Amino acid sequence: MTTDGSRIVVIGAGHAGGSAVALLRQYGWSGAIALIGAEPLPPYQRPPLSKAWLKGEADGDSLLLRPARFYADQRIDLRLSTRAVAIDRAERQVRLSDGAALEYAHLIISTGARPRTLSLPGADLRGVLTLRGAADADRLKAALGPGRRIAIIGGGYIGLEVAASARALGAEAVVLEREERVLARVACPVLSDFFTRYHAARGVAFELGCRIEALEGRGGAVAGVRLSDGRLVACDTVLVGVGAAADEDLARDAGLDCDGGIVVDGQARTSDPAIFAIGDCTRRPLPLYGRSFRLESVPNALEQAKQAAAAICGRPAPPPEVPWFWSDQYDIRLQIAGLPFDATETVLRGDPEAGSFAIFHLAADGTLRAVEAVSAAPEFMGGKMMIARRQRLLPERIRDTAISVKDLPA
Amino acid sequence: MPKVTYIEYNGTEHVVDVPVGTSVMRGAVDNNIPGIDADCGGECACATCHVYIEPEWFAKTGARSSQEESMLSFAAVTQDNSRLSCQIEMTAELDGLVLRMPEGQH
Ligand SMILES: Cc1cc2nc3c(=O)[nH]c(=O)nc-3n(C[C@H](O)[C@H](O)[C@H](O)COP(=O)(O)OP(=O)(O)OC[C@H]3O[C@@H](n4cnc5c(N)ncnc54)[C@H](O)[C@@H]3O)c2cc1C
Ligand code: FES
Repeated sequence: MTTDGSRIVVIGAGHAGGSAVALLRQYGWSGAIALIGAEPLPPYQRPPLSKAWLKGEADGDSLLLRPARFYADQRIDLRLSTRAVAIDRAERQVRLSDGAALEYAHLIISTGARPRTLSLPGADLRGVLTLRGAADADRLKAALGPGRRIAIIGGGYIGLEVAASARALGAEAVVLEREERVLARVACPVLSDFFTRYHAARGVAFELGCRIEALEGRGGAVAGVRLSDGRLVACDTVLVGVGAAADEDLARDAGLDCDGGIVVDGQARTSDPAIFAIGDCTRRPLPLYGRSFRLESVPNALEQAKQAAAAICGRPAPPPEVPWFWSDQYDIRLQIAGLPFDATETVLRGDPEAGSFAIFHLAADGTLRAVEAVSAAPEFMGGKMMIARRQRLLPERIRDTAISVKDLPA
Repeated sequence: MPKVTYIEYNGTEHVVDVPVGTSVMRGAVDNNIPGIDADCGGECACATCHVYIEPEWFAKTGARSSQEESMLSFAAVTQDNSRLSCQIEMTAELDGLVLRMPEGQH
């Protein structure tokens, strides 16, 4: 390829951006590549920040997506602690916080998502934390240990993983959730119930269906969460884990289509053909489900990194993948394949009491749409394959654990 | 440092140093060798780091865990010498290891 002299600029040195630059080189792009990252670290993995790393089971270097030397080896102009502040589409330039301007032939936006915060009295007290990056995780880790007590606002994946890690570190943990069940947005009730019981048995307290009035402090530091029924939940740290919003400001200011995420097509192209967007910041089509959606997961970031790199390098588009996700809590591994869109029936396979089971979500015509597998790798892997094939399944066969996952379609 | 030879599906060979204690998956990723996706970063959760170990090396890479076994049983085109490369830790004894990549990881 004779692309020397034309530069690709990637804004956001996270999981998606860091993967895209590596793939561009793998796919033969020989021109200049600049990777701009607001954080001081080269691209790293976020999943361990609430899991192995938080519990002290993984060191800092193991977080890095690639070793620090990788970027020089691959002739990637990595600019850390630097923000892109504007995109000038007419001039095809990105302006940076240090005053520099970079011209691009192709631009990739991979700015990720920002944790939502609470607009409550006391939300700015010391000890009120969110968790997105390594700096957040350092603060959180310093606040967990014997004799400490953390209140986690929001019972989503990150909240529950932090609760499990807090217990492993000897801290007390209480989860405060607005809905009547944890994981309400992302998992079915059987799973919510399973996780609540599993955590409770390991000492995590829950306040479900609660409303928060305020965070209260002493000497500028948070000391408790006031609920609307008047009770005070005492704590010395609060983790606000109420979801994240796409970081789409740059794109919107540049006039690109945004709709709760930068709108992209199946090749990760935005409404400007010279600009791609990948990862948590996008709203993307899901061909298997006939709709568009914003996903927040590593597999999604990697799939879109492949799409953009392939499109830029003139390679055939990679085949669509089945969305998937994982979460580790205590000794449980949750793996979810697919999304339960248009599912009308849920079928349980295995026994939650035994600690290994799966929930199959079927559409009205029996097509498998999603599988939630708890410490059940065959159900997850087999489910992912059958979802891709739009396999129809019979509930009575799914329930019958004497039939192996491979033989379910028969 | 021990060396590993990674052979792409199209036959391209890459010989790289892989430090003792890091995984064979990491060796490929850190050197930008195509053919290993490693979506989960080495958590044995994705099976996109699938490789075929050259037969004379297979036994030296150790036994598969039950989690690896069940992940592999559904990976694309597995063979008797299939392993998930994130589950093989580099040791001095593995110096010279040769492995091949499958056609695809998805
Ligand atoms: C604690 C935690 C646990 C998680 N666990 C899992 C899990 O188990 N499984 C899973 O699949 N996913 C998990 N995720 C989600 C996963 O980490 C994200 O989906 C993934 O990181 C998305 O990659 P990204 O590149 O889109 O965004 P990010 O990795 O967030 O990267 C975006 C980067 O862009 C930078 N940036 C933003 N604006 C600018 C700008 N203007 N200029 C320069 N740089 C900028 C940001 O600082 C950031 O470094 C977890 C996330 C968190 C926070
Ligand atoms: S990297 Fe995911 S299973 Fe090996």
